Amino acid sequence: MIEYFSSRDFLILAAKMIVIFGGVMTALAYTTLIERRLMAFVQMRPGPNRVGPFGLLQPLADGLKFLLKEQTVPGNANVFLYYLAPIVSMIPALLSFSVIPFGPDLKIADTNVSLLFIFAITSLGVYGIVLGGWSSNSKYPLMGAMRASAQMLSYELSLTLSVVGVLMIANTLSLNSIVLSQQGTWFGFIPRWNIFIQPLGFIVYMLSGIAETNRLPFDLAESEQELVAGWHTEYSGMKFAMFFLAEYANMVTVSSLATIMFLGGWNGPMFGPWWLQMGLPTVWFVLKISGFLFVYMLIRATIPRIRYDQLMRFGWKILLPIALANIIITSLVVALS
Amino acid sequence: MIQILFMFFAAVALGAAINVLAQKHVLYSSLSLIVLLTSISALFVLLQAEFLAVINVIVYAGAIVVLFVFVIMLLNLPADEERTDRLRWLKLVGIPMGLFLLFMVGRTVWNVEGAANTPEIAGTAQAIGASLFTDYILPFELTSLLILIALMGAVVFAKKDL
Repeated sequence: MIEYFSSRDFLILAAKMIVIFGGVMTALAYTTLIERRLMAFVQMRPGPNRVGPFGLLQPLADGLKFLLKEQTVPGNANVFLYYLAPIVSMIPALLSFSVIPFGPDLKIADTNVSLLFIFAITSLGVYGIVLGGWSSNSKYPLMGAMRASAQMLSYELSLTLSVVGVLMIANTLSLNSIVLSQQGTWFGFIPRWNIFIQPLGFIVYMLSGIAETNRLPFDLAESEQELVAGWHTEYSGMKFAMFFLAEYANMVTVSSLATIMFLGGWNGPMFGPWWLQMGLPTVWFVLKISGFLFVYMLIRATIPRIRYDQLMRFGWKILLPIALANIIITSLVVALS
Repeated sequence: MIQILFMFFAAVALGAAINVLAQKHVLYSSLSLIVLLTSISALFVLLQAEFLAVINVIVYAGAIVVLFVFVIMLLNLPADEERTDRLRWLKLVGIPMGLFLLFMVGRTVWNVEGAANTPEIAGTAQAIGASLFTDYILPFELTSLLILIALMGAVVFAKKDL
């Protein structure tokens, strides 16, 4: 055991873990800033621009504020579950980064079930919301938690089914092999990305991805006008920040999966000397994810929230049949060719 | 290393299983159930059955127990509900049934020779899919039919004025 912990393999793995964890945490902190600035830009106001140049130190100031805030616990709350809930939502959100390939070599683990692993882990994230809502012993959080769990269960179906077409084409469950299967071009200029042969799957994935992360226009779980802040109404300070970070981590996970499944992962044009070639795949990957996050934020800033019955009807009566039809069409094409 | 991890997760699974029964509040029981299911998944991973491990978490911990918790929250049970004595006679049936189950499990485990010799490929998605659609196609389809019947039954119960 001691030999293993001092071996070269382990040191490389540890270095990768530190790079990915540090990178992801920094990225999450700055995603919050970019979202606030972007929404401010759309709504024609300046946004947070006072702390540091262009407001670049705002995430640090936010973190400090969260740490120094008074920790409140509502009366008659179930204290054990109240403290457990933010942890339960944070751990799965961060665990899924362990199998995402950020580059040809920049990944912590690659199993032959990486994709299912991410689905399994993210499906555990709902407990954080449910426990947070229930243990607060307050009516708005409870309503928010109920809505969130029903919504996440419903949209998980379409989310999972929408990528089955990709799996049938790539013939594997390993994220790395899915990325590798999208190398090269058609007719010399169209990249072999799955978005061109699975457009239906891509649309269903994007829509259910937004619902799965509880973002506008599907953020019925925390709709401010009716439920104050939904399941995290009673949370403050660092515990609230953990819920917040988990939401952003889930957003990044959904965007990374979309990139891997439909946009060719870290594939992209390669040029320059060897040290540039080593970093380029990760740059392409991050750029693609940023594109997705940008679309997410624009959607949040521009589209109003839909009603709860519309949300449920949309999930079960529109998205799910489309996802199933996509599977049937894809399997017919795969079987006949 | 694997041995130590296996022992650890086996102990966690056992503890969680006992806790499921010992807890008075239903919500705590279902939370222990999640711990139990995830540690069993960890055991599956250590036995190189990653696919089973992941499916176990997706189906049970990620969907079925969520529904349990959902229902418990909807009913909003009081924290210290009195236990009903209605099911006391079940204890008498339970003891012989449990002993019988233990006997069967023990017999199976002892009779299987070379369980350690199973090829590493046995736990992959390909192997499980292939055996489900060839050797076990009839049980598989029958199970699907059973689930479909149960689903329709649930709909009929829920909507009396169909």
